[in-house]
Amino acid sequence: MEARFAQLKQEGRSAFVTFVMAGDPDPETSLAIVKALPQAGADIIEIGMPFTDPMADGPSIQAAGLRALKAGMTLKKTLQLVRSFRDSDAATPIVLMGYYNPIYIYGVDRFLEDAKSAGVDGLIIVDLPPEEDTELCIPALKAGLNFIRLATPTTDDKRLPAVLANTSGFVYYVSITGITGAAAADSSAVGAAVARIKRHTALPVCVGFGIRTPETARAIAANSDGAVVGTALVDALRASLDPEGRATPKTVSAVADLAAALAQGVRGAQQAAE
Amino acid sequence: MTTAIPNSYRSGPDDRGHFGIFGGRFVAETLMPLILDLEKAYAEAKVDPAFHAEMTGYLKHYVGRPSPLYYAERLTEHLGGAKIYFKREELNHTGSHKVNNVLGQIMVARRMGKKRIIAETGAGQHGVATATLCARFGLDCVVYMGAVDVERQQPNVIRMEMLGAKVVPVQSGAKTLKDAMNEALRDWVTNVHDTFYCIGTVAGPHPYPMMVRDFQSVIGSETRTQMQEAEGRLPDSLIACIGGGSNAMGLFHPFLDDPTVEIYGVEAAGHGLTQLHAASIAGGRPGVLHGNRTYLLMDEDGQIEEAHSISAGLDYPGIGPEHSWLHDVGRVNYLSATDEEALAAFQLLSRLEGIIPALEPAHAIAKVMELAPKKPRDHLMVVNMSGRGDKDVPQVGDILRGRARAQ
Repeated sequence: MEARFAQLKQEGRSAFVTFVMAGDPDPETSLAIVKALPQAGADIIEIGMPFTDPMADGPSIQAAGLRALKAGMTLKKTLQLVRSFRDSDAATPIVLMGYYNPIYIYGVDRFLEDAKSAGVDGLIIVDLPPEEDTELCIPALKAGLNFIRLATPTTDDKRLPAVLANTSGFVYYVSITGITGAAAADSSAVGAAVARIKRHTALPVCVGFGIRTPETARAIAANSDGAVVGTALVDALRASLDPEGRATPKTVSAVADLAAALAQGVRGAQQAAE
Repeated sequence: MTTAIPNSYRSGPDDRGHFGIFGGRFVAETLMPLILDLEKAYAEAKVDPAFHAEMTGYLKHYVGRPSPLYYAERLTEHLGGAKIYFKREELNHTGSHKVNNVLGQIMVARRMGKKRIIAETGAGQHGVATATLCARFGLDCVVYMGAVDVERQQPNVIRMEMLGAKVVPVQSGAKTLKDAMNEALRDWVTNVHDTFYCIGTVAGPHPYPMMVRDFQSVIGSETRTQMQEAEGRLPDSLIACIGGGSNAMGLFHPFLDDPTVEIYGVEAAGHGLTQLHAASIAGGRPGVLHGNRTYLLMDEDGQIEEAHSISAGLDYPGIGPEHSWLHDVGRVNYLSATDEEALAAFQLLSRLEGIIPALEPAHAIAKVMELAPKKPRDHLMVVNMSGRGDKDVPQVGDILRGRARAQ
């Protein structure tokens, strides 16, 4: 993760961070999509761990998780997916994103060991605030995995130090108060928020929630260290499925093509800023 | 929050909101600042005599408290054992115990300056109580309700709408209470600046389980006084149904440190514990959902399973974290009653006592029918009659008429 951000800094550009759901719409297609993302320009890949009750996700990502679960996806298979990806790509950082219960049931120590050996670089667990750091955050840091925390518009200056205390890898700024895929982020407000967070930390700040187009991605990337896109990619995937929700020959390219367009947006940001 | 009393079952939660390993605050960062604000606001209200005076006034004149403690003579004679008393929470304004908690939370919301209230509801009793108090205090009210529950609890949907609330049918998942709670949390994440989430049971992130318990403890406190007046001593056993478990916690909590009082909670066993049910303790294990660690119904991968109960109010795959702890430490005995047992109890009580119970407390009555005959005649048993059956009359009527036709 550190190496990737150092490299991006050298290149003078922000990161393009993609999110896809593990096992959506089925484990094989999902692996093909994840493998296609670096070629499409993804600098960091977030992989969703499907959960039945994703309380902070919007309808698109919720539906993606349910498609994956229906196709037999499990946490164990998610780790296998990362392992398979690592066979052909050792460089692209992989961050697992999801909710705590499946990990708690898998067993925290066993999960951290298996995630590390599968090639996972970091974790984002939506329902583990700093108040519950002893559950997973501290053990993850000890195991050598980054624990990436979400900061939001409601995280004020008083609370930021608590949120940042055990954060590593990067800070994920959620640009709206809301669920994934909701309103578009306002890039000037985002710029101010990123500047505010940077007064408290030396970590890179990536911004997500509400980024759907190359233009928005460009505007956000110009004001931050990275733009995260999830719902738009998941929607492109869903639009490629057959009426029964199964993958079609277009599925992998539907996601990869949109990712490539968004990556161009992010890459254009620095040129525009210069 | 609560000062620790040695050898007490009443001192929880700790300052991080834990009852043993249960409870806690497992929510998205967006909500944490608000939850910390709420914790502070409630802590201030709790020690403010003006807050208690206002609550007491509304409980008496608006809710109609104290609710009676009624000796159920005909049921007692019929079962031929323990002397059975009903704590008549169904006589409260809005028809259930839910109003005690909603009143408290609305008072806190007003202190915090919140103008918009959201709630989730299963059977609609919590939704009706919330809509009622929002009407009384001029607050905007949005109630999330699973689309299946909207169908099976029509009378309450109509009541909520008449009271000026917006009822949002939730189409995700099994379209019941769990999904309504997810949707309410999504609304809260989105509208966190002006919205107060009024949780209907002793679950969710700290301080909710403690706060809801405190507001519902009026049930047990009154029962202590009333039983002293009626019989000159404490009851020998308490029994209440459990979905999330707020009516049960309200009755139990003031008695937890009385070793002579046996305590029973009754979960919904649905079609039976080996089939579809909603008995989180009997059929689940500890996990993390909706802001707390507690017993949950889930598969081996930690995915939450759908609950089933004939009673929409018990149809939830979890239980309040304090109940999970009371189970683990062995203070409360958790039993379960099936849909069929609850239906039989519903009919028996209607005929014997002229009280049509909600399907929720009918689960408790089902276990009274088993336990009471085994107890001596001087055994004093209190059942929490947590809600009245008006809302369930169409549903039970359909089932019974369907069976009559099939015969």
